[in-house]
Amino acid sequence: MASSLRSFLRTGKNVVLVLGRRSFHRSSPAAAQVTVRDALNQAMDEELERDERVFLMGEEVAQYDGAYKVSRGLWKKYGDKRIIDTPISEMGFAGIAVGSAMAGLRPICEFMTFNFSMQAIDQVINSAAKTYYMSAGLQAVPIVFREPNGASAGVAAQHSQCFAAWYAHCPGLKVVSPWNSEDARGLLKSAIRDDNPVVFLENELMYGVPFEMSEESQSKDFTIPIGKAKVERQGSHVTLVSHSRFVGHCLDAAAVLAKEGIECEVINLRTIRPMDVDSIEASVMKTNHLVTVEGGWPQFGVGAEICARVMEGPAFNYLDAPVTRVTGVDIPMPYAKTLEEHSLPQVKDIIFSVKKTLNV
Amino acid sequence: MLTNISNVLRACAQRNGAAAVMSARSYADFTTQATFEIKKCDVFKLDEAPATEVVMTREEGLKYYHTMQTMRRMELKADQLYKQKIIRGFCHLYDGQEACAVGIEAAINLTDHLITAYRAHGYTYTRGGTVKEIMAELTGRRGGIAKGKGGSMHMYCKNFYGGNGIVGAQVPLGAGVALACKYQGNNELCVCLYGDGAANQGQIFETYNMASLWKLPVIFICENNRYGMGTSVERAAASTDYFKRGEFIPGLRVDGMDVLCVREATRFAADHCRSGKGPILMELQTYRYHGHSMSDPGVSYRTREEIQEVRSKSDPISLLKDRLLSNNMASVEELKVIDVEVRKEIEDAAQFATTDPEPPLDDLCNHIFSNNPPVEVRGTNPWAKLKSVS
Repeated sequence: MASSLRSFLRTGKNVVLVLGRRSFHRSSPAAAQVTVRDALNQAMDEELERDERVFLMGEEVAQYDGAYKVSRGLWKKYGDKRIIDTPISEMGFAGIAVGSAMAGLRPICEFMTFNFSMQAIDQVINSAAKTYYMSAGLQAVPIVFREPNGASAGVAAQHSQCFAAWYAHCPGLKVVSPWNSEDARGLLKSAIRDDNPVVFLENELMYGVPFEMSEESQSKDFTIPIGKAKVERQGSHVTLVSHSRFVGHCLDAAAVLAKEGIECEVINLRTIRPMDVDSIEASVMKTNHLVTVEGGWPQFGVGAEICARVMEGPAFNYLDAPVTRVTGVDIPMPYAKTLEEHSLPQVKDIIFSVKKTLNV
Repeated sequence: MLTNISNVLRACAQRNGAAAVMSARSYADFTTQATFEIKKCDVFKLDEAPATEVVMTREEGLKYYHTMQTMRRMELKADQLYKQKIIRGFCHLYDGQEACAVGIEAAINLTDHLITAYRAHGYTYTRGGTVKEIMAELTGRRGGIAKGKGGSMHMYCKNFYGGNGIVGAQVPLGAGVALACKYQGNNELCVCLYGDGAANQGQIFETYNMASLWKLPVIFICENNRYGMGTSVERAAASTDYFKRGEFIPGLRVDGMDVLCVREATRFAADHCRSGKGPILMELQTYRYHGHSMSDPGVSYRTREEIQEVRSKSDPISLLKDRLLSNNMASVEELKVIDVEVRKEIEDAAQFATTDPEPPLDDLCNHIFSNNPPVEVRGTNPWAKLKSVS
């Protein structure tokens, strides 16, 4: 009995495997659950394989597998030449990365978090962003700066700042902010293939979050164009615009609001600079109400820029209410859990703001 | 050799009919090469040192003379144009330091790489830029080497990475270029220059560490002209032995006013790098006649006597000229012909630089991104939608 059961099970398993071989095309995987971390890892792996000039450098990226394990396995596969551990010298190795890009390589430079990029920000702006212009097109700088940006959990004030507005202020840079795994993979591939300096804002709290990825989005040449936003959810009453982790919050808020008959259109910016204002305007001209949601501080931030752009464009005449900005609280990030929670937009803050904007 | 002599003759004859008369003296009279005794370099963490007995050919001597004289006159013309307000903004002149740029270039190839700070007009020339394009860039015209968009501090050409305005930032960049050389396995190296002022920048020490760790083929060169803007080296550095500041990097201290010393030291350094030993540091002791920039008269922190003394005793062009003449490697008239030639080239370039039009307004927003479809750029007001192409 037991042995026949075993052989039945064994056959059953073989049948499934055979079915698998017959029904699914081996070269592209079926839809799967992939975490943001794995999506980034796979994107880097594929780009390293595709182009010999691509290499990764930063603190702990090689033998430690990455401070957040995003580069897991890459050093084992590609070795010391392509995956380089650096000493703790952000300004120095940022300059080295930029110099190597000037001389023909395609570096991915990791600072561990964007908070430490402040040590090196001169190299990002003055040596990378401005050079193509200053040289009137003689000297390109194909480099990607990628690491976590914004708040994590309990890491307090010096490790929680959002730099989206700081970098997006500067001409010569592209600034990209993925939310889910598909964003992460497609945008990172585009960033690495782009001949210009790209600031790639990841989010530590999103690394472990799995998302369904379609077959198509897992293919080796899947890229998402930089500069194009995505409508994650269609709606007719209000437009919610966000980037990174807070896109998820917006979708959660939209689900709650839908029960009350308020249909939110949720736009995932994907790129901060150049910003896809056209998509925002098209949506606002449909819904007549706009709420921006971000983790960064309010003053001179992403939301502030969206307000200004909407005001300057055709969508202004379609607004039935002023634009509402939902942002992080204008304070350095506190440590205590409750204080930290109240320093960032929660789903209830988005819901409250939508209702205020709609005057319901 | 003889072809070269006849070429020089022909060239001279074309430019100045009087030269044909001058050639009554046969060129076969000149010494084709001579050996010179040069100053010994101070060394740090090195068992060997650059040679002290070096050979210079007549051809080399004339070439160095021509190049240094061109750089000298170019900088003096820039001074003139600046005072006429035809050059604006920053203008950091290199006169006095010519032996450094010429000596370095004599020891490397154009396929090698070089990066420096803002006192860059001389290097732009030795790296392949023309006087015309350099001057037109200073005057901000469309014929400038960066189409007028960079200015004095941001000139670029093949294997020359500027021209950098942020003090010290070029040092990690240079090590990055060297990393690319090593990565690509092309046996090229990067010469990475900075001044005595920049030598105290933190990022330079970060770069020393990484360049050494990874054995990058980079020659760090500190052009010590004794003053960082208005601050003398004694007031800025706890240790003024700049060639030792690399700590674990071997160093050389070189007489930067003697083109042969610079050449020999650079040859030595290049061999060191190309043999895979990693970085090496050279301190070139040199001097600038002008102030830090055109807005600095250069006499509030140093005496006119000091400047005059260097000019009379250590001028790099005079040193070379004396060597050529006293070793019968060239004649006074021949050198005068070169002077006239150089003056004409500078005049022509200045003429171009003052008459070439400024870049067109259409160019304002171009060159933001490389290899990118055209984008729209916001102008000064919401209705100003400007176009940007790559």
